[in-house]
Amino acid sequence: MFFIKKRRIVLDFEEHPRLKEFSFSFKRFIKNPLSVTGFSIIFIFFLIAVFAPVLAPPKWPHEPFRIPHQGFAMIPKPPSPEHPFGTTTKQYDIFYGVIWGTRTAFRIGFMVVGSILIIGVTVGSISGYFGGVIDEIIMRIVDIFMSLPTLILAMAIVTALGRSLDNIMKSLIIVGWPIYARTIRGSVLTLREEDFVKAARALGASHFKIIFKHILPNAIYPVLILASLDIGSMVLTAAALSFLGLGAPEGYADWGQMVSLARNYIVGPPGQPLLYWYVVTIPGLFILFFVLGWNLLGDALRDIFDPKQRRR
Amino acid sequence: MNFLNYVIRRLLLLIVVLFGVTIIIFALLSLFSPAQRASAFIRDIKQLSDLNDIIRTYGLDKPIYVQYFVWLKQIFHGNFGWSTTVSRTVLEAFKFFLPNTIELALFSAPVIILVGIWLGSLSAVYRDKPIDHFTRILAIVGWSLPTFWFGLVLLMIFYGYFKGLFPPEVLSLEAQNFVNSANFIRYTHMNTIDALLNGKLWIFFDALRHLVLPVITLTVVQIALVMRIMRSSMLEAMGKGYVLTARAKGANWKTVIKKHARKNALIPVITVSGWLFAGMMGGVVITETIFNRKGLGWWWARAATQLDIPAVLMAVLFNGVLFVLTNLIVDLLYAYVDPRVRLK
Repeated sequence: MFFIKKRRIVLDFEEHPRLKEFSFSFKRFIKNPLSVTGFSIIFIFFLIAVFAPVLAPPKWPHEPFRIPHQGFAMIPKPPSPEHPFGTTTKQYDIFYGVIWGTRTAFRIGFMVVGSILIIGVTVGSISGYFGGVIDEIIMRIVDIFMSLPTLILAMAIVTALGRSLDNIMKSLIIVGWPIYARTIRGSVLTLREEDFVKAARALGASHFKIIFKHILPNAIYPVLILASLDIGSMVLTAAALSFLGLGAPEGYADWGQMVSLARNYIVGPPGQPLLYWYVVTIPGLFILFFVLGWNLLGDALRDIFDPKQRRR
Repeated sequence: MNFLNYVIRRLLLLIVVLFGVTIIIFALLSLFSPAQRASAFIRDIKQLSDLNDIIRTYGLDKPIYVQYFVWLKQIFHGNFGWSTTVSRTVLEAFKFFLPNTIELALFSAPVIILVGIWLGSLSAVYRDKPIDHFTRILAIVGWSLPTFWFGLVLLMIFYGYFKGLFPPEVLSLEAQNFVNSANFIRYTHMNTIDALLNGKLWIFFDALRHLVLPVITLTVVQIALVMRIMRSSMLEAMGKGYVLTARAKGANWKTVIKKHARKNALIPVITVSGWLFAGMMGGVVITETIFNRKGLGWWWARAATQLDIPAVLMAVLFNGVLFVLTNLIVDLLYAYVDPRVRLK
């Protein structure tokens, strides 16, 4: 807790166990080179997303995600002062696309994983806390969803809803929540038998209060780590679906689609096989580093918070 | 007796899951218009002209639960509908595309599992040494790689720069012509195996050359899972008492690793291999699309973009069945290997 000592505000970590825990984890976090790398990568992408209007001023201010293009010539043009990363097929500017694509990626990651977290945590805690028939039914539904590969189920749902980026996000939410529900349920199941929960119940606390004030704060960590790992993998799956042609209309700033646009220009004309290297390489590297950043971060968080792996 | 109970319990769960999968499929199906849904009931191309008849015959304007049972009956009769992307019935298309996908899986799975086990145990044995850091970074980068992009970069290098060293698609033109001719007998419809059975080595090597890049793409992305599980279970096994005992008795370190630690560490890998199989089918969709390898994944990807509903539904159903069956096999194997599981 905070208190004033010699006219300075001092964080006393000895006083509160949760703060002590936090300080310990924080120290481990900054000592681990992988987590710092992951965090830095995400921070750079965050800056790119925030300063997108400065880095690449939109041609149509009310439609910033539309990539500007000059003409419809099919053959890509190499990097030049005017187009720093060159242009892809139909002359879409690659630099503009990857910069604004960063915003798209953050939007997909946060929207999908945020919704999944809310749905998964709610359903999982209801299932674990009340048990019985409700639990049995919810867990069988989870089993069914988890028996289908993410990509294929998401693909089927997007087909049914119609092609668009929003529908890709919806399908990923539908596919993604079960694992969160199952993880939360597991923790809630053990926690609800703890003494502090029984005490709260004896004092007459409502179910709602017990779940949100007493159980969830103790059960949420594994799920938050899962979420940080999932931001990367959801963006990756969304990009794959975009690549397959299920995403936004052509010309939208989206990394997966930009890789897909490059498909006909993988191999250059005879004699210059690597002529169009920039068309596929640049958007792909943006996806790779974005996902890598989140995975490094999530992996490090798991190492730090996992009681089996940490040794004091 | 216990073992039999275990098997029966698992089989009952299988039925529940399969019903669940069909209900999900049906829920998806009900999002479409009756005319689109009617295509799921078509048996051959002539029926395309009288969609209204089909809507009436199968009651596609009736209440949803009635439709579900009608549809389920059709599935049990082996009628999966008409796939517009490839202009065949779904069942024919499935039989046509299956061999290429099995071939890809047949070549990738051993590489993923064996190399994954090898790297994982190497990383555990040399814990916190450079080799451990290297393999861990390799795993996390592989896990973050966009499959579709990685495959394209491989094509750019090995097809473009090295002048067609490892080409896309399934066979080169001359090999394809020979395979389709009368003096080549198709036993399994898998090119590599048929070539060996026919004693045509040049076709075998041609098919193999076309397999290299898809196998590498699938492996690099999928291997991280096996490596991670193997590493942690190997670390756990190496801390166990029997390893220490064996060491104390003076057994050679290599023997202890190979015979005592690694054998026991393999058990969790068996569990993961079921998941691996399911994950691989997702990877297959992407891999086959990039390399233009005409298999199930290639077909499903095209079907999804061209609103070919019966084919997409087939994809979901097939993957559900595949997952449930592989998990059943894995569970049985697990119970067989580890008596603690079946006695619980």
